[in-house]
Amino acid sequence: MMGEEMEKIVQCENLSKTFTSGLIRTKCCEAVKNVTFDIEKGEIVSLVGESGSGKTTVAKLILRLIEPTSGRVLFYGKGVSSYDRREYYRRVQAIVQDPYSAYNPFYKVDRVLEEIFGLYKNGSSPEKRKEIISSTLKRIGINPEEILGRYPHQLSGGQLQRFLIARPLIINSEVVVADEATSMLDASTRAGILNLLLSLKDNEKISILFITHDIAQAQYISDRVLVMQKGEVVEQGPASEVFLDPTHPYTKELFSSVPQLHEKWDFGNITQDPADKSQ
Amino acid sequence: MAEHLLEIEDLKGNYRGIFGIVRAVDGVTLTVESGEIMGLAGESGCGKSTLAQLSSGSPSPLLHYESGRILVDGIDIYKTDPEVFRTEVKCKRMSYVPQASMDSLNPVKRIRDFVLDVVNERSSKKPLILRIRDLSRARRQSLKKEALKMAGDHFEKLGLDRSVLDRYPHELSGGMKQRVVIGISTLWNPKLLIIDEPTSALDVTTQKRVIESLVNLKRIGIIKSMLFISHDITVLGQLCDRCAVMYGGKIVEVNRMDDILNKPEHPYTRMLISSVVSYDPTRMGKGGLKSIPGSPPDLRNPPEGCRFYPRCEMCSDRCKSKNPPLKPVGNGVVACWRHDG
Repeated sequence: MMGEEMEKIVQCENLSKTFTSGLIRTKCCEAVKNVTFDIEKGEIVSLVGESGSGKTTVAKLILRLIEPTSGRVLFYGKGVSSYDRREYYRRVQAIVQDPYSAYNPFYKVDRVLEEIFGLYKNGSSPEKRKEIISSTLKRIGINPEEILGRYPHQLSGGQLQRFLIARPLIINSEVVVADEATSMLDASTRAGILNLLLSLKDNEKISILFITHDIAQAQYISDRVLVMQKGEVVEQGPASEVFLDPTHPYTKELFSSVPQLHEKWDFGNITQDPADKSQ
Repeated sequence: MAEHLLEIEDLKGNYRGIFGIVRAVDGVTLTVESGEIMGLAGESGCGKSTLAQLSSGSPSPLLHYESGRILVDGIDIYKTDPEVFRTEVKCKRMSYVPQASMDSLNPVKRIRDFVLDVVNERSSKKPLILRIRDLSRARRQSLKKEALKMAGDHFEKLGLDRSVLDRYPHELSGGMKQRVVIGISTLWNPKLLIIDEPTSALDVTTQKRVIESLVNLKRIGIIKSMLFISHDITVLGQLCDRCAVMYGGKIVEVNRMDDILNKPEHPYTRMLISSVVSYDPTRMGKGGLKSIPGSPPDLRNPPEGCRFYPRCEMCSDRCKSKNPPLKPVGNGVVACWRHDG
C-alpha cells in the first residue's frame, strides 16, 4: 500500500464491543471483535458483510455513539474521547440509511442546513448563509431553487439524501461515515449518489467509510475493502485485489452469491443452509 | 402452443383517497405463459406492486379495480363468483406472496398452527367454527396430522427442515421465514405464483438460497410459472425467461430477459440498465454509471403523451403529445415512437 505518504485520519486499534443483557443470567453478544484498520485522507474504505456482521457497530464506535469495550479509535493520532464532542462532529459526519427520518416533516428542508450555522458559526448574516447554502448545493449538482423552501414529502428520497450530503461540505468535515446510505434508494438514483460520493473524495479530499451489504456498490466506489463476518474482519485489502482474488472462504462464498448482470447462476441441486439444520 | 396462465388485458386500477386519484396501473396488457418465469422491473412508484395486487384479486382497501380483464388459467377473476374465486382460484391456480409477507407470520403461534389456519381456510367452503363442531376429535386429529405431514414434505422440497413447523417465527432467520411463507402459499401446487420483492430484505447469500428454492419449485413441477417482481434487475436476470419493464403505470417493454439486458430497446430500459451498479469481479476502474435525471411522474396527473418524455434524452414533439402503443420489435414489444415504422 502507498500508506507512507498518506495521512492516517481515523485509526481503529483492536476495537471490540460486547453487548450484554440481563443482570443475573447475563447474555453476551460480541458484536465487534478485534477490528483494526485505518482510513487515510481522501480514500473510500468499504465495510461489507451480511446483516448482523457488526458493520453498523463499527460505525457507531467511530461516531462515538457507543463506547468500545476494549481497543480504541484514534482521530489524527489522538483518542476520540479527548476531542470536544461538538468539534468532533464538525469533522466527522454521518449519512444514514433513511433520508426521510433525518428531516422533521413539519419544517422545510432548509432547516437541516440552517441549523448547522447555529452550531458552527461560520456564517453570520442570513444573506451569507443563503449564499453558502446555494453555492454548496450547486457544487453537488442540486439546483437550489428546485429544493429550497420545500417540505420533505415534496422531494424524492434521492434528492433528500443528496441534500444531506451538503451538510458535511458546508462545515468542511474531513470524514463521512455513510452507513447504508444508498440502500433505500432506487437503482436509478443510487448511481447518482455513488458518483457524488466519489466526487467528494476526488474534489474535496473527504475520507469516506462506506458501509454496505451490496458488494456491487462496494466494488464500484471503494479504494479499500474490509469484509466482516460475525464481528471479525476476515479479509481486507485494496479493492482491486480483494474483488479479483478473494482468499478467505467466506469472502469467496459471499462474492459468489452476488447476482451479476451478464452472468447467470448455475442452479445445481438445492443447497441446504447449515443454519436451517441446527437446533 | 403455449398456454396462457395469466392474461392481463388493458387493466386499469387506481388509488382513491383524500390525495386524489392515483392511476397507478393504467392500461397494462401482459401475458404469462405456462412454464415461464416472467420478471417485472421498474423504479419504486411505477406500479409494479399495484399490478401484482390487482392480479391477485384482493387489492388493498384504497386500491380500486377500474376496468380491464384478468384471466387466471381461463377464469376471469373479477367476473367470477367470489366463493369460486376463493376456493378454486386462490392458492390452487394462483398464489400471491405480497411484499414483506414474512411479517405476516403470527409471532405468538408456532409455524404449524399458522399452517393449520391456512389449511382450514382453504380446504372447505364451510366456516371453521361449524366444521369443528361437526367433526369428532379423532377425525380432527387425523386431518391435522395429514395436513402437517403434507406441509412437512413440502417444506423439505424448499430446503427447509421439517422441524421448522414446531418453531416460532422469531426462531427463524429472514431467509427461512421467507421460504416458510413461500412454502405455505404453494401448498396446493398453484400453477402460477405471483411473488413481490421476495428477496429485498435479505442479504446476498440468503437471497441466493431463496431464489434457488423458487427455481427448484418450478423445476420439480410444484408451480408452473411465476411472475417475479423486483426492482433489482440483476436479480431478475438470474432467473427470468422474459421480463416486463414498467414505467409510470404502463408497460414500456416486454422482451426476453437476455435481450432486455443486452440490447434494451426502450430509452427507459436502457437508462435503467446503465444505472445499475453491477458486480463484476473482472471489471476495475470507476465511473461510467449514470443515474436517470428527474423523478418518476406524479400519477395523479401524468404527463400528456409518453410518460417518460420529461426524462428522455431522445424525445421528439410526437412523444409530448401522444402516448406510444406497444409495437413488436425483435422478440418483444416496445412502447416508443422511435420504433413506429
